[in-house]
Amino acid sequence: MAEAWDFLRTDKMPHIWCPGCGHGVMMNALLRTMAKLDVNKDDICVVSGIGCASRLPGYLDFNTLHTTHGRALAFATGIKLANPRLKVIVVSGDGDATAIGGNHLIHAARRNMDITLICMNNNIYGMTNGQYSPMTPTSMLATTAPYGNLERNFDLCKLVEGCGANYVARATAAHPRNISQYIEYALTHKGFQFVEVMTQCPTYYGRRNKLGGPVEMINSLKQNTILNTAAAKLPPEKLEGKIQIGEFVKKEELTYLDRFDAMVDRITGGVKP
Amino acid sequence: MADRLRLMQGNEACALAAAMAGVRFFAGYPITPSTEIAEQMSEMLPKLGGKFIQMEDEIASMAAIVGASLAGMKSMTATSGPGFSLKQENIGFATFTEVPCVVVNVQRTGPSTGLPTNTAQGDMMQAKYGSHGDIPAIALYPSTVPEIFDMTIKAINISEMLRQPVILLMDEIIAHMREKILVPTQEEVDKMLVSRPKPAKGIDKYLPYDASMSDVPPLAAYGEGYRFHVTGLYHDATGFPTSKPAEVDAKIRRIHRKVNNVVDDITFLRYDQMDDAEYAIVSCGSTARSARRAVVLAREKGIKVGSLQLKTIWPFPEAKVSEVCSKVKKVIVPEMNMGQMVHEVERVAKGRCKVVPYNRVDGEPLTPEEILETLAKEVAW
Ligand SMILES: Cc1ncc(C[n+]2csc(CCOP(=O)(O)OP(=O)(O)O)c2C)c(N)n1
Ligand code: SF4
Ligand SMILES: [Mg+2]
Repeated sequence: MAEAWDFLRTDKMPHIWCPGCGHGVMMNALLRTMAKLDVNKDDICVVSGIGCASRLPGYLDFNTLHTTHGRALAFATGIKLANPRLKVIVVSGDGDATAIGGNHLIHAARRNMDITLICMNNNIYGMTNGQYSPMTPTSMLATTAPYGNLERNFDLCKLVEGCGANYVARATAAHPRNISQYIEYALTHKGFQFVEVMTQCPTYYGRRNKLGGPVEMINSLKQNTILNTAAAKLPPEKLEGKIQIGEFVKKEELTYLDRFDAMVDRITGGVKP
Repeated sequence: MADRLRLMQGNEACALAAAMAGVRFFAGYPITPSTEIAEQMSEMLPKLGGKFIQMEDEIASMAAIVGASLAGMKSMTATSGPGFSLKQENIGFATFTEVPCVVVNVQRTGPSTGLPTNTAQGDMMQAKYGSHGDIPAIALYPSTVPEIFDMTIKAINISEMLRQPVILLMDEIIAHMREKILVPTQEEVDKMLVSRPKPAKGIDKYLPYDASMSDVPPLAAYGEGYRFHVTGLYHDATGFPTSKPAEVDAKIRRIHRKVNNVVDDITFLRYDQMDDAEYAIVSCGSTARSARRAVVLAREKGIKVGSLQLKTIWPFPEAKVSEVCSKVKKVIVPEMNMGQMVHEVERVAKGRCKVVPYNRVDGEPLTPEEILETLAKEVAW
């Protein structure tokens, strides 16, 4: 039985992340899932853009690609279409996926492209030292929002659901088992599979907003979230300020590749080119 | 034979050549005057075991072809000025990470949305300097429909041979014109094809940027069992990030050297009546057609003029242009821009002959008569 460790490029350690960064929790959960699924490393391709989160593929012993800021899903689309046998996973930060890469996100989801996207949402641009992102909640501080963020943030899961993804789920770095469970589902199903993982950036988001260190931030991720199935039983006033985690969409609609294959059959009369 | 002799549009010839040369992945975003290439590819590729996708923009199209190429497919995209600008960051990425692909840019009148969609040659410098950092650019530029077919295959071959993007420049005139072409058979095309260098079978450790044997390291495909890493950060032979000054220096110099090493092999020119010429017209694309006609008209008047058509724009054919500059009194450089290639000609002329720009920038074709008039003035002067 494989272990998480087996999927690491240990010679590439130490990693670049700050002590207490939440991205590592996601990586750990991802690798445990890989071990559980006993995947063949050669069949996995992990693609990222730019940012702290996007440095993750370099540490994984798979086919790995570290692209340009925001564009990972577009590169991944090319990879998946050229070699559908590959299981293509995109890992990104919140800025990478929702700001500069927002257009690619909505279209990859709309196409129901056969890709798994894991977005590590730390509510900030970590790599560039703490500017606000489309995921920074209103009023929170950032280096470019010294008087508080004026903008509203996305509900990312609702966005991706609206775009038509087959699977949408959210977990946090305080819920590693949920991360693993959702990634396992994503990796074993077709179409656009989306998992948002809320992570802590103690270095910039935490410090600037006086949220304490990694421990305090993990605790607040625990306290401020509620499982969607539990939330469904509560009155709205009890849900104020709470972020829902859980699985929001589980569909098995036709994927881009399903439709492509059907089209090829139709135009070639089933004779494989 | 009869069905191989066709009246074909330039864009159509480009798409057909790409398909026959084994391009199996095309990603694009509609923009006149390049769109027919995407339309043709969308029709052909699914029947050939390939894939076509219309992406959400040109940035994504460029990204997708790089991804597909890394997964082992010969890949191409096509666009025009506004889209070419959007592709630049990822063209730089592909050049730096050494991923073969072909980017067609059918030039239209800029800047900005400009004159949709009249002709122009305004992107000559962008083809070389469009992306940030110091990238070694390769750009080819045909002038007829048969040349488009031929140069499309050459662009694909060069990109595979050198592991780097190749820009195929066109302009609205040649992309949309229809001309006679004898389409080669698939067997004839197959004989011309070059494939990217691949790692030897059964090696222990594959290093995607190991240049110890050649300046063009072998390129495996994702999924073949090598599990390599590709990044736009400076990287060493293993493909992983480095900031060691010696490795940084070696990487950037090597990607330039690999192009410089083969300049002669990738320089394509056409000479018309240059043997006894006292004057030369140096041009490219549809302007070269007018230049050839101007030569005929001028010769009728007894002016000893010839034409040099640059089919390779970048790397600039310095040696060959220099040779011409040492032989003639004056060189006319007609262009449908404010003067771009003329600076390159001036640079290599080094004052040995007079270099005369002629620029047409109203979106209309640059005619033989204008070139003749410019030439006649210079002869009389
Ligand atoms: C085109 C481009 N614009 C800007 C940048 C600078 N940049 C690098 S990382 C980054 C933000 C990353 O934030 P996020 O995606 O949230 O990842 P994190 O670092 O928080 O994990 C930015 C703006 C860049 N590399 N490329
Ligand atoms: S800056 Fe923030 S996101 Fe980046 S590694 Fe440090 S803690 Fe993590
Ligand atoms: Mg972030």
